[in-house]
Amino acid sequence: MEPDSRTRWRCRRGMLENDWLLGQFLAQGYAQLDQEGRDAFERLLDYPDNVLLDVVMGRQTTVDDGIARLVPAIRAAAAAETAP
Amino acid sequence: MNLTRRKFDALIIGAGGAGLRAALQLSNGDAKVAVVSKVFPTRSHTVAAQGGVNAALANVLPDSWHWHMFDTVKGSDYLGDQDAIEYMCRAASKVVYELDHFGVPFSRLDNGNIYQRAFGGQSQNFGQTQAARTCAAADRTGHAILHSLYQQNLRARTHFFDEYFAVDLLRDEQGFVLGVLAFEILTGEPIVIEAKTTLIATGGAGQLFRTTTNALINTGDGMAMALRAGVPLEDMEFVQFHPTGIAGRGMLITEGARGEGGFLVNADGERFMERYAPRAKDLASRDVVSRSIATEVREGRGCGRNRDHVLLDLRHLGADAIHHRLPGIREASMTFLGIDPIEAPIPVFPTCHYSMGGIPTNCLGQVVAPVKDTPEDPVPGLYAAGEAACVSVHGANRLGGNSLLDILVFGRAAANHILEYLSENRYHRPLDEGAVERAMARLTRWDRKDPGDGTAERIEPLRRELRKVMEDHCSVFRTDEVMREGVEKVRALRERLNHAVIADHSATFNTARVEAMELENLMDCALATIRSALGREESRGAHSRIDFPERDDQHWLKHSLYSLVDDSLDYKPVRTQPNTVASFPPKERVY
Ligand SMILES: Cc1cc2nc3c(=O)[nH]c(=O)nc-3n(C[C@H](O)[C@H](O)[C@H](O)COP(=O)(O)OP(=O)(O)OC[C@H]3O[C@@H](n4cnc5c(N)ncnc54)[C@H](O)[C@@H]3O)c2cc1C
Repeated sequence: MEPDSRTRWRCRRGMLENDWLLGQFLAQGYAQLDQEGRDAFERLLDYPDNVLLDVVMGRQTTVDDGIARLVPAIRAAAAAETAP
Repeated sequence: MNLTRRKFDALIIGAGGAGLRAALQLSNGDAKVAVVSKVFPTRSHTVAAQGGVNAALANVLPDSWHWHMFDTVKGSDYLGDQDAIEYMCRAASKVVYELDHFGVPFSRLDNGNIYQRAFGGQSQNFGQTQAARTCAAADRTGHAILHSLYQQNLRARTHFFDEYFAVDLLRDEQGFVLGVLAFEILTGEPIVIEAKTTLIATGGAGQLFRTTTNALINTGDGMAMALRAGVPLEDMEFVQFHPTGIAGRGMLITEGARGEGGFLVNADGERFMERYAPRAKDLASRDVVSRSIATEVREGRGCGRNRDHVLLDLRHLGADAIHHRLPGIREASMTFLGIDPIEAPIPVFPTCHYSMGGIPTNCLGQVVAPVKDTPEDPVPGLYAAGEAACVSVHGANRLGGNSLLDILVFGRAAANHILEYLSENRYHRPLDEGAVERAMARLTRWDRKDPGDGTAERIEPLRRELRKVMEDHCSVFRTDEVMREGVEKVRALRERLNHAVIADHSATFNTARVEAMELENLMDCALATIRSALGREESRGAHSRIDFPERDDQHWLKHSLYSLVDDSLDYKPVRTQPNTVASFPPKERVY
């Protein structure tokens, strides 16, 4: 399923790093999520920007297993875009 | 017109540090306050600030507000207004202690005092030894400030319109600003927010450039609203660039990488900085490195598919040094590029970081414009603070840690003046329905359908082109010829935007419409920036011209004012006279 506009807007963040990471995932990873994954993604979007970035970068761990399962997919989507 | 209408004493557009600091002061002063923000408040761009906020607390090394003032005047390349700079530096300690009181968890010394770190451009004794002036809450100062201020505002019962997009100011025939037309992003429903006073705190316009450290939301909306309301923008040519952003992405690779021995190479594998700065090489000053990179790319020695960047090579430092001394840089490169700098060089290009220019204000936060007889008559009912404003404490160049200070000091000052204004202006002026209709027309314009004759333009390609044009014609490589061409290109893009349509016409969560309106704002800011840059025939601070390499105080110690309504440039003098101390006369800026 493609992300709806509400989810897209929630991916507009205060930091460019998060804009990029979430934007890449929306384009390349989101469609493959099941309902559980989509719910976890919404919970990730509830995090403050710094926490979100730390969790995705692996600097901080989360007790939310659903979110933890998303992290490798988000990182993979970000690195999949070839360098210029 | 049959629209939802709400009335407040004070309206604040923007919920970053500037907007929230002002809102808190107003709510605590018993004004009825509304804050409009296009994203949830704590997702404002202030959250990205990591370094910290400056104040001469003298907790680590001796310091004084007067030394801070000297550094700021010098840093501004003497274009900063010295009355505003004095005001800011004097207020700094108070503002930081207030934050401490609001719950910002500043890093501490063993004795319990706020810890302070040393940043570039900070000195003791008017340019002597290094000072330590920056207060930080670990590496998340912006985040801590934003969250504390938001909590305080909830407690003070500030009214928030979260995820509302402000379209245009409502100004009456007499020039009074009476509020704003906005719409709720969720429902698409327009709303008129009437207010006796309106404060613009919408942040910067970093999205003007293809490579930027700024988040996607930084589209200069408030600056463009001011332009359309007839207020000129001040000093828009001054945009701070950092030489090494990740190419194609924008995030910063700090100077640390070159400090540790990393060097830049072009497509021929040449260490080209040796040619531009034989002595300092890769550690030459920021503007020199930025311009050298841009020159390499322009002359065809760029790297990559599009030959549009250079490479930062760290490989010779070895895996150990990179792991231990540059872990953050390695992590960023791997995450955003998929490149491990131990194995391959990092593609880099100058990245836009901060807008020094903006909506002209005085020290009280009042927007000032040449409305009557002077270039600085207050626009009744209108205020601005933060990166959207130009009270001109940064002049031609901002010092690290001074921007968080600016947003807090002048957010607070604006609120204090608003409280005074409210006590003298108890009633709402009648709304000008013509102004409402004009603003509504800007909104409904996006209901237009594709005529189907192949003339329709689309938002995303126009946005991409604009950012590329600004990067190629108005970033760090500025000459008369390059910018003249740029002005024509920006004008052509603005024209094409008139023919743009969006595919989505649904009411709810129509982000296509938001993005279209953001692009309109960027276009207006782009014209202001490149016209002002073309006008200024000297090099000063962040504005460096290849055809006019020297600072020229005799002709250019003045602020630019770009007015959109008649597409014209004007100038006003720099306020070189501080409030209580002697003026710092212009000197050559050497560090
Ligand atoms: C990566 C990075 C690091 C930085 N680090 C530091 C640092 O260490 N120290 C320092 O002093 N400075 C730093 N800066 C600069 C500093 O962070 C900013 O200048 C400052 O935070 C700007 O604050 P503001 O309140 O003016 O605007 P912002 O925080 O950008 O807030 C703007 C607000 O306006 C709202 N808005 C915008 N347009 C609309 C609209 N049309 N309708 C409704 N709402 C709207 C947004 O939703 C947001 O709430 C840094 C900048 C960057 C990019």
